[in-house]
Amino acid sequence: MCHERSGAYKKFPTDCGHPAYTEKNFGGKAFAPVDLNTVAKSVGKPELRNCGVCHFYGGGDDGVKHGDLDSTLLSADRELDIHMSKDGAGLDCASCHTTVNHEIAGRYYTEPAQMERCLALPKDYCNRMSCESCHGARPHVENAKLNDHTDKVSCQACHIPTFSRGGKSTLMWWDWSKAGNHADDGKMIVKKDPDGRPTYHTMKGEMRWEKDVTPVYAWYNGGMEYVTLNDTFSPDEPVRINRPEGGYEDASARIFPFKYFQGRQVYDAQANRLVVTKLFGPKGSGAYWSDYDWQKSVEVGMAGNGDFSGEIGFVDTAMYWPITHMVAPKEDSLQCAACHVRNGRLASLSGFYMPGRDRAGWLDMTGWSLVVLSILGVAAHGLGRVLFPFLRRKRDEE
Amino acid sequence: MKNKINMYTRFERLWHWLQAFLIISLAITGFELHGNYRVFGFEQAHILHIQAAWSLLILSAFAVFWHMTTGQWRQYIPTFKNFDKILYHYLVGIFFNEPHPYEKTPEAKLNPLQRLSYLALKVFILPLLILSGLAYFFYNQLPGLGISIGLRPLALVHTAGAFLMLLFLVVHVYMTTTGGTVWSYTWAMVTGWEEVEEKE
Repeated sequence: MCHERSGAYKKFPTDCGHPAYTEKNFGGKAFAPVDLNTVAKSVGKPELRNCGVCHFYGGGDDGVKHGDLDSTLLSADRELDIHMSKDGAGLDCASCHTTVNHEIAGRYYTEPAQMERCLALPKDYCNRMSCESCHGARPHVENAKLNDHTDKVSCQACHIPTFSRGGKSTLMWWDWSKAGNHADDGKMIVKKDPDGRPTYHTMKGEMRWEKDVTPVYAWYNGGMEYVTLNDTFSPDEPVRINRPEGGYEDASARIFPFKYFQGRQVYDAQANRLVVTKLFGPKGSGAYWSDYDWQKSVEVGMAGNGDFSGEIGFVDTAMYWPITHMVAPKEDSLQCAACHVRNGRLASLSGFYMPGRDRAGWLDMTGWSLVVLSILGVAAHGLGRVLFPFLRRKRDEE
Repeated sequence: MKNKINMYTRFERLWHWLQAFLIISLAITGFELHGNYRVFGFEQAHILHIQAAWSLLILSAFAVFWHMTTGQWRQYIPTFKNFDKILYHYLVGIFFNEPHPYEKTPEAKLNPLQRLSYLALKVFILPLLILSGLAYFFYNQLPGLGISIGLRPLALVHTAGAFLMLLFLVVHVYMTTTGGTVWSYTWAMVTGWEEVEEKE
């Protein structure tokens, strides 16, 4: 999978990772048996496709989950991804996601991505996972002031102006509470948008897809805080299932772009906790995709997975997906005024002063009032200098 | 009787107009950076603002040198002698076409009111803007110098200085129209020659 370069290897969807060893069918598609001999002989250094066959398709289809990773990267032009494009740097995933003892640099659920400010040359056998590993901390030559940003702003924040730029949409909203509707004849309902993405599916509910998406920005030190099955929350506001850690005062945190994915899902309405749902299974097992009964699906799902009050409801949820791929060429990076403006991209980040965005209302009010008063003052004075002699001349004439 | 006097030396005039150009450029770009309007775009406004600021610093270095070596700094020694007469002139006399009470000479070209306002400009407003501006520009280097100050107080001091400068500019430009004709003071600063009423 990871090292085969023949392109012949394909996993069978429901065989727990195994390929088809004999001719098999799934969903109307035929899976020919894989010639493992050819596959084994093709083993080599992984290229984009090797990683992409899994990581571009997270969430069941092309570009569903990440937004900055989809199959368009395989034939990316410079504008889509300056690193992975053959017209750009022509890098593979493994150029940055280097391995030490076969451990691939990257981020895991609890481990921060390697964000230390270390330089790594191609000859170095080490983690090369941050932009600064190759570009350094003062990469801007033409306008050196930009380098003063690197202590607080991630490279990604400006150099990835939008994500899902390659033409594939990404999933932005998923409302599970709408699932379960069937047509009058009992068949499943599937509605699709012009790109062929499902906007309604009986099994999944309502979905919204977007292309060329503007990220949301948050402080991020590489760590994530997760809401687990044991955590309680307030259902009155969207439950942020994961939340980037860090803030202005945190020296290791940077302003970072995220895909802010929102949804609505079933939860324990009395204990205010997330629940496990059983989705997949035969009829009568309580699996939602067979029985379409949320209550039963949660009861079965929660069996052996902790406490369940027995009362379900639907709660708004949100997730932060870090955006770090689809780096644009420098001429397409964000301009200053994308953020240095009254209501720009960073309008929601507080706790620090940003030129062009912030001001002290009282100071500006006082300042402009004095300026206007002085202008009125000198205007009145000037008018007096014209008017008094004129009136005096008139009086003398009479 | 009127007399033409060479009031402003060549350096003074050059300094004055360059400084005027730079300060107005700094104001236009500065208030754009402050988010009040859009003329050049933030990046270009920033580049121009910094270029004008460095230019003004270099010009000021020359001006300080000139003032010290020629002794012209004495022009700004404050005095309250006849201050009331000057104030009376601008508040009352000027409306009755009374002649200006101050006798202007190249050796003492500033009346008491001007001495005070230009001194305030030179020892308060300009240093306030220059120091806060330098700290603003080198903000990332401040911790290395052992200086700990937030960007917000720096920015607010710089903004306040800019408003004071703008106030000075409004009144200053208006005062240039109070000579014999509307343009005579301005023209004097261009040519250096000024017509002065000669006292008996």
